[in-house]
Amino acid sequence: MQTHDAISAGNASDPKPNYLTNGSTLKSWLLTKDHKRIAIMYLISVSVFFFAGGLYAATIRLELLTPGSDLVETATYNRVFTQHGILMIFFFLIPSIPAILGNFLLPLMIGAKDLALPKVNLLSLYIYWIAGVLVLFALMQGGVDTGWTFYAPYSTTFSNSYVMLVGLGIFINGFSSILTGLNFIVTIHTMRAPGMTWFRLPLFVWAHYATSLVMILGTPVVAITVLLLAIERLAKVGIFDPSIGGDPILFQHLFWFYSHPAVYIMILPGMGVVSELISNFARKKIFGYEFIAFSSIAIAVFGFLVWGHHLFVSGQSMYAGMVFSFLTMVVAVPSAIKMFNWTATLYKGSISFDTPMLYAMGFMGLFLIGGLTGLFLGAMGLTVHLTETYFVVAHFHYVMVGGQVIAYLGGIHYWWPKMTGRMYSEFWGKISAMLVFVGFNLTFFPQFILGYQGMPRRYAAYPEEMQVLNIFSTAGASVLGIGLLMPAVYLAHSLVFGKKAGDNPYMHPGLEWRTSSPPPTENFEKMPHVTWEAYEFGEESGLDLEEARKRDLATVA
Amino acid sequence: MQTTSWVPLFPEQASTFAWQVDALYFYLIAVSIAFTVPIVAAIVFFALKYRETEKFATPEEMHGSMVLETVWSIIPFVISMTIFLGGAIIFFNQYTPPDDAMEIYVVGKQWMWKIQHQTGQREINELHVPVGRKVKLTMTTEDVIHDFDIPAFRTKADVVPGRYTYLWFEATKTGKYHLFCAEYCGLNHSGMIGSVIVMEQRDFDNWLSGTVSGQTPVEAGKDLFENKLGCASCHAGGQGQRGAVLEGIVGKDVKLVGGTSLTRDDQYLRNSILNPSAQVVEGYQPIMPTFKGQVTEEQLNSLVAYIKSLSPNAATGAATAPATNSAAPMAANTNSAPKPAAPAGNSNK
Repeated sequence: MQTHDAISAGNASDPKPNYLTNGSTLKSWLLTKDHKRIAIMYLISVSVFFFAGGLYAATIRLELLTPGSDLVETATYNRVFTQHGILMIFFFLIPSIPAILGNFLLPLMIGAKDLALPKVNLLSLYIYWIAGVLVLFALMQGGVDTGWTFYAPYSTTFSNSYVMLVGLGIFINGFSSILTGLNFIVTIHTMRAPGMTWFRLPLFVWAHYATSLVMILGTPVVAITVLLLAIERLAKVGIFDPSIGGDPILFQHLFWFYSHPAVYIMILPGMGVVSELISNFARKKIFGYEFIAFSSIAIAVFGFLVWGHHLFVSGQSMYAGMVFSFLTMVVAVPSAIKMFNWTATLYKGSISFDTPMLYAMGFMGLFLIGGLTGLFLGAMGLTVHLTETYFVVAHFHYVMVGGQVIAYLGGIHYWWPKMTGRMYSEFWGKISAMLVFVGFNLTFFPQFILGYQGMPRRYAAYPEEMQVLNIFSTAGASVLGIGLLMPAVYLAHSLVFGKKAGDNPYMHPGLEWRTSSPPPTENFEKMPHVTWEAYEFGEESGLDLEEARKRDLATVA
Repeated sequence: MQTTSWVPLFPEQASTFAWQVDALYFYLIAVSIAFTVPIVAAIVFFALKYRETEKFATPEEMHGSMVLETVWSIIPFVISMTIFLGGAIIFFNQYTPPDDAMEIYVVGKQWMWKIQHQTGQREINELHVPVGRKVKLTMTTEDVIHDFDIPAFRTKADVVPGRYTYLWFEATKTGKYHLFCAEYCGLNHSGMIGSVIVMEQRDFDNWLSGTVSGQTPVEAGKDLFENKLGCASCHAGGQGQRGAVLEGIVGKDVKLVGGTSLTRDDQYLRNSILNPSAQVVEGYQPIMPTFKGQVTEEQLNSLVAYIKSLSPNAATGAATAPATNSAAPMAANTNSAPKPAAPAGNSNK
């Protein structure tokens, strides 16, 4: 990493204006149409929600250190796990990679000046803010205790918490997703630079295309569901509550019709990031480009047809359950295809182990476990025993945290030099990546065993014989917490004290590396003309590798 | 609660499902290892062998391989189908209650389990069952969704307001096992726990006779039917009665006004009491008033049990006592008089 000062030496004498220095007033940020500035504002807001959700997680783990319900009252605990879920899913995981990295990188990667609809992009940020403030307000008023799944009739008739206010927040927040998805689809269709054909797009872009499809097709359904819930709660029209003529299972169908595809909103962008990281840090064309690209689309499509696997024990017809179980098994195949292709990409590569690559390799291991345990839960006879236990909790944390959060951190580290123009400390980066990996496994692996023992989720108190594994889990959560807090410190430190990154510190071929770091407001000084294939690491890609190597040697010496 | 298994940290196996579910579990663990070990080994091997030796190297290009892609699509698909089939078969067993099972009623309520045996015994948060006997739970709830979960039996089912759900099992080992509510149900969800106590048949018989209290569901239902709710005035008038004939109907198909037809089961009886005009049998007028709000879930269970007892030939559970109308002495006012021990028809053979 010693190369960067040398590379950027030319720039240092004559600092070109970039998107960060182009206007420093608050107004220039709040009224910006620049996708990069919007991404930075998303980064800050999403981090706030991640931190808040993390505090709730810490409370959960501390309460579960002992079998009794002793640290907080049961009523508080119920609110804590509900709010952990709501903040993490709707305000952290869903916007994390698309709204931050996707926003920042999509136009850069396809050689565009901005997203197709810059004002809509800013609008989606404001919608996110309004929804977020509303939900935070509801939490301060006393919060909500229904579980993030809001199952009726508990949520509609029995809960005395701020269901409507939080529901309204989620309803509003959905429009932020829809607008972001819409914007991405239009941008990918209409804004590609000359020569940037569909099959030259980075896989990050393909993954975001698939994600956007799910966002605009799925999110309206959660809006409809929340609206129906409001109608029932306020107007007492029987929709979900059987005592006034509704059907509680209908709520579950509607809820999971969105929320299962939402799982893919949360994991597909992570898969996109990891495809970038693995190919680039192995300096190797991705193995089976088309298969990875189309497996993203396949996951998005099949993801809409498996929602019923959340209802195996809910009173859904047995034969409906079998169809959903079958489709769930089918959706495992495209994920397996990705896994094999990533592994094959490493073959005969030239692999360097920078911090982002450590995250990518961590992702492969954790997502493998997350995906395989998904098969356990898709097998109906087994899931009768496992559903609603800690096995489920462990499984979806392996996918959501082990998958999406790890990929998100890998992506933030990888593109940090591009976003800020500075390098972070590689030493602390590696330490934190390893702490996250170890802490994560220590937290969640014991929960698989607890789940098979039968420990139900959402329990403030549990039988005493289950304490040992819970202590492991809480210990792991402490390590994980430290690992996650560290980047906040060294990344912030790098903003001021970090080495200048230079335009292309890794000598990677993506278009985003062919402009300055940080990029100018209009992204490229002149319209790029793409003549090379995706992930082309040789001289054909137009990168001056010989020169870079010489500079590298010079700095080392 | 007992941990005598040879696998550490493994739950007790106490029902006929346990070995099936566990076998599928171990099969899946084997599949997981068969995928994880080679993939992780390959990643580690490649990572070591092909680590960067020269900055910004340009390794030889490879575009992919149709053969490999096909192979690694088909193998996971085939394996996933074996998992699907195994899971579906076990699920079919778990969710198909046998006809000869002993029936027990369960009503969930924030935050307790109310259980009633066919012989009239009631218990709360405890379920006593005999070992080696098929038991079917007919379950509903007074308020929100709950879930009746017995990990040692490897089975559970949601308990849903407004409908009946069923859970069945055959315990294989005496002992005391955890009973959990597995579907989040509000404030004291984690306190909605109890025990399933599996006993030898003779201990169970003793337990049953030792704690007799109140009426059997059929007797209670008969009381409601004839005295408290006045159903008998329309449904037990013999020829020319205004209401539908109830004798011998359960389990039989019937045509409804509007052309659809259905099998008259528990759910149908329940719906017909709560919302009579929704499913009117062809040939009748929708004149019956609704009883929604006038009967509790437990009274509903009793009414259904009584109406089912009027169809003695229907296979609705071996322990359902056929309390026919000819049992004249029992038709007397039974409101307050404590009943003697259950009649012979109710005891376990």
